[in-house]
Amino acid sequence: MLSSTADHLYWLARSMERAENTARMLDVTYRMSLLKQTVVEPHHEWRAMLSISGLHEDFEARYDEPSADNVMQFMALDVDNPGSIYNSILNARENARAVRGSISVEMWETINATWLEMRKIHADGIPEDGVSPFFEWVKERSHLSRGVAHGTLLRDDTFRFLRLGSFLERADNTARILDVKYHILLPSVSDIGGAADYYHWSALLRSVSALAAYRKVYRDLITPTRVAELLILRPDMPRSLMACMNEVNRLIQEINGPSSGELLRRCGRLHGELRFGSIDDIFGRGLHEYLSEFLERIYDLGDLINTTYFWSTDELPAGLPPPVQSFNMPVAGQLMAR
Amino acid sequence: MKKPAYDEMFDATQGVRPSYGSFAAWLDSTPAEVIARKREEADLAFHRVGITFAVYGEEAGKERLIPFDIIPRIIPAAEWQRMEAGLRQRVKALNAFLDDIYHDQEILKAGRIPAAQVLGNSQYRAEMAGVNVPGGTYAHIAGVDLVRAGEGEYYVLEDNLRTPSGVSYMLEDRKMMMRLFPDLFSRIAIAPVEHYPDLLLENLRSVAPENVANPNVVLLTPGQFNSAYFEHAFLAQQMGIELVEGNDLFVRNDTVFMRTTQGPQRVDVIYRRIDDDFLDPLAFRKDSVLGVPGLFNAYRAGRVTLANAIGTGIADDKAMYIHVPEMIRFYCGEEPILSNVPTWELAKADDLAYVLEHLAELVVKEVHGSGGYGMLVGPTSSNAEIEAFRAKILATPDNYIAQPTLSLSTCPTYVESGVAPRHIDLRPYVLSGKEISMVPGGLTRVALKEGSLVVNSSQGGGTKDTWVLEH
Repeated sequence: MLSSTADHLYWLARSMERAENTARMLDVTYRMSLLKQTVVEPHHEWRAMLSISGLHEDFEARYDEPSADNVMQFMALDVDNPGSIYNSILNARENARAVRGSISVEMWETINATWLEMRKIHADGIPEDGVSPFFEWVKERSHLSRGVAHGTLLRDDTFRFLRLGSFLERADNTARILDVKYHILLPSVSDIGGAADYYHWSALLRSVSALAAYRKVYRDLITPTRVAELLILRPDMPRSLMACMNEVNRLIQEINGPSSGELLRRCGRLHGELRFGSIDDIFGRGLHEYLSEFLERIYDLGDLINTTYFWSTDELPAGLPPPVQSFNMPVAGQLMAR
Repeated sequence: MKKPAYDEMFDATQGVRPSYGSFAAWLDSTPAEVIARKREEADLAFHRVGITFAVYGEEAGKERLIPFDIIPRIIPAAEWQRMEAGLRQRVKALNAFLDDIYHDQEILKAGRIPAAQVLGNSQYRAEMAGVNVPGGTYAHIAGVDLVRAGEGEYYVLEDNLRTPSGVSYMLEDRKMMMRLFPDLFSRIAIAPVEHYPDLLLENLRSVAPENVANPNVVLLTPGQFNSAYFEHAFLAQQMGIELVEGNDLFVRNDTVFMRTTQGPQRVDVIYRRIDDDFLDPLAFRKDSVLGVPGLFNAYRAGRVTLANAIGTGIADDKAMYIHVPEMIRFYCGEEPILSNVPTWELAKADDLAYVLEHLAELVVKEVHGSGGYGMLVGPTSSNAEIEAFRAKILATPDNYIAQPTLSLSTCPTYVESGVAPRHIDLRPYVLSGKEISMVPGGLTRVALKEGSLVVNSSQGGGTKDTWVLEH
C-alpha cells in the first residue's frame, strides 16, 4: 500500500477515535464537577482536564478562566484548537476524502455526514442542556464509523491501518482518562475511600462505558485498585490498555514489512509487560508514574509507526546512496501530534 | 439565410438517416414520461457517483456536473472504418515527427517544415534532443478532436498530445445508457467501448523500459484539486494501478520508487496527468510541488517511461497543426485520409491582413491556448468583443491562428424547450505503444447553448454516448 494512503487511513481512524475520547473525557470531567469537593479551588476539575490533554498553555493564551463553559467551548468547538472535537472530525473527514477510492462508499458517506452535522452544530452552538446529548452524538458517530468499516471493508491493509489508528489512539486516551482521577484528587488525598471518592470512580467508569462491566466482573465495592486493574490489565475490557495493545500488537505483526523490526520489538515488549503485569506492581510504582510512562511509550510507538510505514525514505534498499535532498513529510501526522 | 448545418439524425428533407433508423423508431414509440423519468434517473446517478469537474476561475473548489444527454451520436460502420484508418495514419505520423525532431530532424533538413517554427517554438523541449524513448513512441495517448461540417465531411480540429482528458465521460456515458435503456443494446449492434482501461493498461505496459519483466505502472495526478481528478481516480481504479501524487514517488540512482508501507517499490511506467513544466522541479519549474525531483534524469537514463513523453506539446501546437498533412506525406508516404481545417497563420503578413478584414466571419485561436479559453468566435461576438480581440491580435500576431467558422454538425439534444439540434464534436482516443489501438467512437461533446460552437465542458458543454454501429 502507498505510504500516503496508509497515513491517511491511520489518521482518519485516530481522529475519529480522538473525537470520541475527548467527548468521554469532557463527560467525566463534567460529571465530576457536579460533585461537591472538600478542598477546592474554583474550576479545579477543568484545569486538571486541560493539563492532562496537554492543552493548558494553548487554553490560557486565549481564555481567562477554566470555567465549564470556556473549556467546553475550547475542547468541543474551538476551530483554533487542533485537539477540539470539531477539528478531530474535520481531520477525519479530510483524511477520508483523500482516500475515498480506498474506503467503501458507506464509510465515506458516514464520515462526510458526520462532518456536515458537526459544521451545523458549530454554527448553532451547544445549548446548556445540550451538553450530554452532544457527547452522546459524538460517541454514536464514532461507533457508527467503526461499525461501517467493520461491516463493509475487505480485511486487508486498508482495514488494518484503520484499526491500528483506532486502538493506538484509544490506548492513549484510556490512560489519560484514568489519569484524570489522579489530577483531580490530588488536593484531597485525605478523602480517598470516602463517599466523594466513590462517586469519582463511578463517574470515571461510566465515562468509558465500564460501570456495568465492573459490576459484572467484581460484584463488589468500587475500589481504585480494581478500577485500575479493569482499565489497565483486563484483556476482555474493550477499552483497557491490555485490550488495545493486544490489537495493536497483532495488527503490527500482520502488516509487517521489511523495516518493521524495531517497531515489532518495542510493541511486543510493551504488550508483554502488560500481559504479565500485576496491579500491585503498578500501584507499588505509583499509578500516575505508571500511566505517564505508558503515554510516553505510546507516543514513541506512534513515532515508530510514522518512520516505519509512512516516511520510509531513510529505509532504502541496501547499496543505494543517501538522499539527494529531503522530502516533504506528511502534514496530517504533524497536525495531529500532541 | 444561412444553410442549416449537417444533422447527424435527419437529412435535408427531415427524413431519418439510415444509421438512426432503429433508434428513431424506438424514441417515437417511447412515452415522453418514460424519457423524462430516465433523464432524472441519470442526473441523480451522476450526482451520486460524483462525476464532476472543478471549474477554474469560478468559486474555489466548486464542482459542477457535466450535463449528459440521452440521445446518442451514431456513427455508421463504414464512416468509422475510414475515420479509424485516418486516425491511425495521423497519430503514426505525429509520433514519427516527434521522434525525428528530437533526433535527426530529417523533415527540417528536407525543408518540408521551416526549422525556425519548430526549434524556435516554446513548446520544443531542447532537453529532449537525443533522448531515446521506448519504441520511439511519444504520444501514447492522443485525443484527436474531429468535427463534421459542410455536407458531412470530417475535419481534424486539433491533435491533443499532452494529457488529453475526457475518456472517463466516454465510459460513464456508455455505462449510463446501458443502465437506462438496456433494450436498445439488444436491439441495435453497438460496438463496445468498456474495454478501454484494459487497452490502456496493456498499451502502457508495452512501453516499459527494456528488460522489465512485470512492469509496475502508476498514474501520477496533481491531486484532488485538479479539475480532472475524478478521471484520474477513475482510470487508476479501473486499471487496478496506484494513483500517486508527486510526494509518493522519489528517485535514487536514476530509478523511480514509490513509498509503500512495505518499503520502496520500483516504478517502471508513469501515466502522468501533470504538465511537462511541473514534472521535476530540478529540471523544469523550480516552484513545482507536484512533481518528483530527479525524475527527468531517471527518464533520460531510460529507467522509467513517461506517458505521454516530455515535449509532445510541439506536435499539437496550433502553429504545427498546419504542417500535419505534410508530416503524413513525409513519414508515411501517403496522402492524408482526414482533412485539416483551412488555417491562416497570423504570423504571415498576407494572412494577417486577410484575417483582420474578416474577423466577424472567422474563429481566431491562441496558438498555445486550450479548453476554449482565449478564443474569438467572430459570428457570435459583438462588435466591442471583436475590437477588443483585434487589439490583442495586433499586439502579438504570432500568437494566433484563424480558421473559417465551420458550421459544425448538429445532433438532436434534450434542452429546456424540448428536443432541438445542437452542435457536436468528437474526440476519439488513440493509443500508441507496440501497436496502435483504440475503441470505436470516443467522446462526443455537445454545445448546449443554441447556436454555440464551443463544446468544452468548462464553457457549458455537455456529453453524449457515441455509438459506432457494428454493421
